[in-house]
Amino acid sequence: MSSLASPSELLFDRLQARSRRRGRHLRRYGSLIAGATILSVVIVACLAAPLLTHYNPDTLDPLHPLAGPFTPGHLLGTDEYGRDILARILYGGRIDLLIAFGATGVTLVAGTAIGLVSGYFGGLIDTIIMRIVDLFFAFPFFVLVIAIVAMLGPSIFNMFVAIWLTSWISYARITRGHTTVVKNREYVLAAKALGYRHLRVMLRHILPNVVSFVLIYAMVDAVGNVLLGAALGFLGLGAKVPSPEWGAMISDGQNYILSSWWLSTFPGLAIVIVGVGFSLLGDGLADLLRTGD
Amino acid sequence: MSRLVFVGRRVLQAIPVLFGITVITFFLIRLIPGDPALQILGQHYTAAAAKQVRHALGLDRPLWSQYLLFLTHLLHGNLGESLFFKQPARQVIEQRLAPTLFLVGYAAVLAAAISIPTGVVSALRRGRLFDQTARVVTLVGFAMPGFWLGIMLILLFAIKVPLFPVSGYGAGFVGHLDHLFLPALTIALGFSTIVVRTLRASVLAAYAADYVDTARIKGISRVAILLRHVLRNAIVSVVVVFGINLAFLIGGTVIIENVFAIPGLGSLLVDSVSTRDYPVVQGVTLLFAVLVVAINLVTDLVHASLDPRVAAR
Repeated sequence: MSSLASPSELLFDRLQARSRRRGRHLRRYGSLIAGATILSVVIVACLAAPLLTHYNPDTLDPLHPLAGPFTPGHLLGTDEYGRDILARILYGGRIDLLIAFGATGVTLVAGTAIGLVSGYFGGLIDTIIMRIVDLFFAFPFFVLVIAIVAMLGPSIFNMFVAIWLTSWISYARITRGHTTVVKNREYVLAAKALGYRHLRVMLRHILPNVVSFVLIYAMVDAVGNVLLGAALGFLGLGAKVPSPEWGAMISDGQNYILSSWWLSTFPGLAIVIVGVGFSLLGDGLADLLRTGD
Repeated sequence: MSRLVFVGRRVLQAIPVLFGITVITFFLIRLIPGDPALQILGQHYTAAAAKQVRHALGLDRPLWSQYLLFLTHLLHGNLGESLFFKQPARQVIEQRLAPTLFLVGYAAVLAAAISIPTGVVSALRRGRLFDQTARVVTLVGFAMPGFWLGIMLILLFAIKVPLFPVSGYGAGFVGHLDHLFLPALTIALGFSTIVVRTLRASVLAAYAADYVDTARIKGISRVAILLRHVLRNAIVSVVVVFGINLAFLIGGTVIIENVFAIPGLGSLLVDSVSTRDYPVVQGVTLLFAVLVVAINLVTDLVHASLDPRVAAR
């Protein structure tokens, strides 16, 4: 939706870039570097959680419940069972990052493949696939995901299934749109004239010219999937409450919001940081694409 | 005349989509793993009860017949029997409709009030402090989970500074306005992050048009150019962006209703997941989809009436 810039936006950013040669490198790579840095720091911190904190995210400490932030030994405080919040955020991040990469990666590949086939071959296949895509778009995405999770039974794995079943459609639509344009370019016609197989033409000649658009959208989608995973955890339809998943932590903390604000606040900030990382990465890719040619 | 044809064609286009929605909604129930009767009955499972449940869900018929039955029932406004409330699912859903519609409408109004001025001023002051700030805020806002923002707003404006109620729907129109302000604001802020960017771009694009140069050469004042030429064109894209993203706005109500304990369709949907009330889940999903189709239809018609070129195409 907001991912792909309208032609007018492209034009304007190009004009803007022309008018400001100064600081061009920063403009060009700034978002990309910032986004990549944020994400790598978060990923490393979550993977290296045992090195950063000696607390176990699930160990109860009945003597120190609801300790505030900056209490000695507990930088972000503890929850109602005395569990260290920083440790829970670091370990829980593994779940949320898995959702971001697992959900996005699968639909990225599947949706792009479907869109390539649809756009390349056209005809009946294209019509059928695009009608299916239109149908899925008629549902509010979040509602459809919840409905599928409801039928399959709430669990993290079924949440993945629900996302896989529904979010390939955006990739298919984007890829299909660009493929129909690219497939009439001379180099593609030349490749066909040389007698290359369809698969080779699609993968070697069309895909490289389409993939950047898909990747930009994938960054927006990753933000969406982090939010979605956390939202389902919050509603108890994904990760379940004892799990340190960020959405589940926020949900749990809402019960103590009157006295202990930090329970819900910090996991939410973690989500924002990851989301901003992906957004910046997406903006950076888009900037590269706009001024790149 | 051509406009009438456009309206007719657009309405006709919605019919196959509605039809497809019923197919997807129908197949939802087939996703239940194993025996749905066993899932629903749990420990109350007996062979006789299972047979009854299968019959109630129409699962004892061939697939095409099940779908026809589903469709016939739908045309009669029958969404099946709620397994949890033991009353028609339609009744259950109707009771929850008003708060959700109120919330969606309220959020849309607030979103317009926030995003239109922000988007326009950002474009007018491009690259200046306001624009840069708006860019950072929309970037962060886009990555912010709505339910968390809702909790933070409760913390700030209902607990620390008790301006608004913590939760609920309130009584009477004014009561609704008061109770739904924070939830509507939460949704509106998330929605605005999308609209502001698009509006900014379309105002800038409108300024680049030839007719703006012509107006300038004619010596028309800056304010008149902004109001008469730029905004009039930019507002069309606002309508379109609003329409396209309303599905997002409606999806957002599902979770926000749960944060603020509002007795609407969203909280009904989530409750029905845990009570395994499959007919209600089906019904709510269907209703949300129909709502989106209706909104898209209205958006296209408004778009066409604002911009005659659309209908002429």
